Amino acid sequence: MLKLVVCIKQVPMVSELPWNSKTGTLRREMAEGMINPACKHALESALVLKQEHNCHITVITMGPPMAEEVLYEAIAMGADCGILLTDPRMAGADTLITSRTLAATIETRCPDFDLILCGCHTSDSETGQVGPQLAENMNIAGAAYIEHMELNGRTLRMKRVVDEFLETLEMDLPGLVTINTRTYIPRYVPLDGLQNAFEKQDIKLIDADELGIDPKTIGMKASPTRILDVYSPVEEKKNVVMKGAVKKMVDRLFDEYGDRISAAIGKDLKTHDHDEEQT
Amino acid sequence: MTTTRSKPDTDMPSSKEKNNIWVFGDYRNYFRNRVTLQLISRARELAEKTGAKVCAVVFGHDLDEYVNEYIAHGAQIVYVMDDPSLKSYNVESYVHLMADLAGKYMPDILLIGATSFGREFAPRVAKRLSTGLTADCVGLEINDEKLLVQTAPAFGGNLLAKIITPNHKPQMATVRPGTFTEQPHDDTCTGEIVRVLLPESDNMPKNRIRVISSEYQPQRDKKLEDAAVVVCGGRGMGSKKKFKKLFDLARLTDGETGATRPVVYARWAGHETLVGQAGKNIRPQILFSFGISGAIQHTAAVNDSDFIIAVNKNPNAAMMKIADVAIVADANQFCSALIRELRKRLRD
Repeated sequence: MLKLVVCIKQVPMVSELPWNSKTGTLRREMAEGMINPACKHALESALVLKQEHNCHITVITMGPPMAEEVLYEAIAMGADCGILLTDPRMAGADTLITSRTLAATIETRCPDFDLILCGCHTSDSETGQVGPQLAENMNIAGAAYIEHMELNGRTLRMKRVVDEFLETLEMDLPGLVTINTRTYIPRYVPLDGLQNAFEKQDIKLIDADELGIDPKTIGMKASPTRILDVYSPVEEKKNVVMKGAVKKMVDRLFDEYGDRISAAIGKDLKTHDHDEEQT
Repeated sequence: MTTTRSKPDTDMPSSKEKNNIWVFGDYRNYFRNRVTLQLISRARELAEKTGAKVCAVVFGHDLDEYVNEYIAHGAQIVYVMDDPSLKSYNVESYVHLMADLAGKYMPDILLIGATSFGREFAPRVAKRLSTGLTADCVGLEINDEKLLVQTAPAFGGNLLAKIITPNHKPQMATVRPGTFTEQPHDDTCTGEIVRVLLPESDNMPKNRIRVISSEYQPQRDKKLEDAAVVVCGGRGMGSKKKFKKLFDLARLTDGETGATRPVVYARWAGHETLVGQAGKNIRPQILFSFGISGAIQHTAAVNDSDFIIAVNKNPNAAMMKIADVAIVADANQFCSALIRELRKRLRD
């Protein structure tokens, strides 16, 4: 049986985020969490492999206790079990330390893994660094931005488009891939899936002590990068609001902004011919 | 005058070769990828504050053309590893060589273009050197403590973070192509070329990734990114059939059609139309936005548009807030009325 490990992250559901329009900041504490979109593609690619081969899928996430939700969702989609790394001491880790913590987890909890799958970037901090750094930490073959996979025995054939080159690559397992978001469109969570996931209860919670990792090597304190400041680039816009009958608003749009539209289109828009309209 | 010398990779650097600013020479797809030159230019500005030299580091084969370009664009030293075995881009060997060289020369700063290759290469080098790395920086400055202050976007550009790497060297950052401006080509510029010999093959890593084929496929169209007019639609258009009107509107305005993620997932439009994270960033003169609520992944990608006309039933939608003109109406109805009016006005 092929052992797959999918690393996922819970991110704030930004489209639903309460937005403080005065300061232009996100009220992140009020946000609901979701599986990072790119991680869902990685999970989907693992599920596709599982359809074709005999696979066991472990999903791992690191985060606060509420991050357990994304593990349930992943199990509902078809993963077999989940591991939640949760410990206040792990908080604030940058990518170097996150990848090291994940590597320690996989080495101890899934030492016989065949393939690790990660998303290619997160929607919150957007670094795309954890996947490649995890491959380095594990000292295994790694390839990023994969769009298609085909497994023959222990050889994984992969396709990707990078910097305008279409590449076909091969690696022998074990290895790591990060999955691009152009393919492997995630399946919907089946209605009965979530309930089954909750009944299954196959999620392990692990803290730093159980992991057997030196607390000095985890979290914000161990991370080489420091965040000095986070701010919102504010831009002033006039934001003219139009309400009323559709036809009137179309006319008003051309009356007030016809020149601008005309310049962008590069064609002359006859301004004002409503008077001579033939009806 | 440009001087050249060779040294084995075991040769230790002189003191003037330490604490410099390094730029990774990413030359694949050269004519469309100017990021190395852009970084050299920014590095020269940073170096004025630290007193460092700006060095390009390049791996590959038959590199003279690039080496001379880097010098003509401002590199003061170019470290070259030129060997037939490095002919094709390979993450594993390039990571090995860069980590090895940087470990020895201890550059103060190492800048890497955020090409697909750079995004895979940089984090691995950072891990080997156990240092910090900031992705996709939109700003690089030197502060009073002579530290590199890296400004990086989060949440699709809606937030910016200022990040430093205070206690680790090199301070590493990736930067997207187009963020900085290259210096003009100047043939009178001089620099030093240092040819570093490749380590013995026993000391090179075995490549675990085999490249079966690699074909250059220039992107057929950058139309959406370059279009003066973009007509973008979201789920608020109502159905696949109604969404088609946006293609009509785009034709009428000589524009391009864009779509949000839910629309692409629902297959109302192809993936090439996706505007947002994982899709395209656009900056048209006019953006027509129909029935888009404005998830951050989308708004961040359209924020640079000169003029945004948004149509949505919900006046409080995020997209309406960032619009220059926010039209409260049913997107589909307004689109039909707009098309009718445009046809009338465009008719001779």
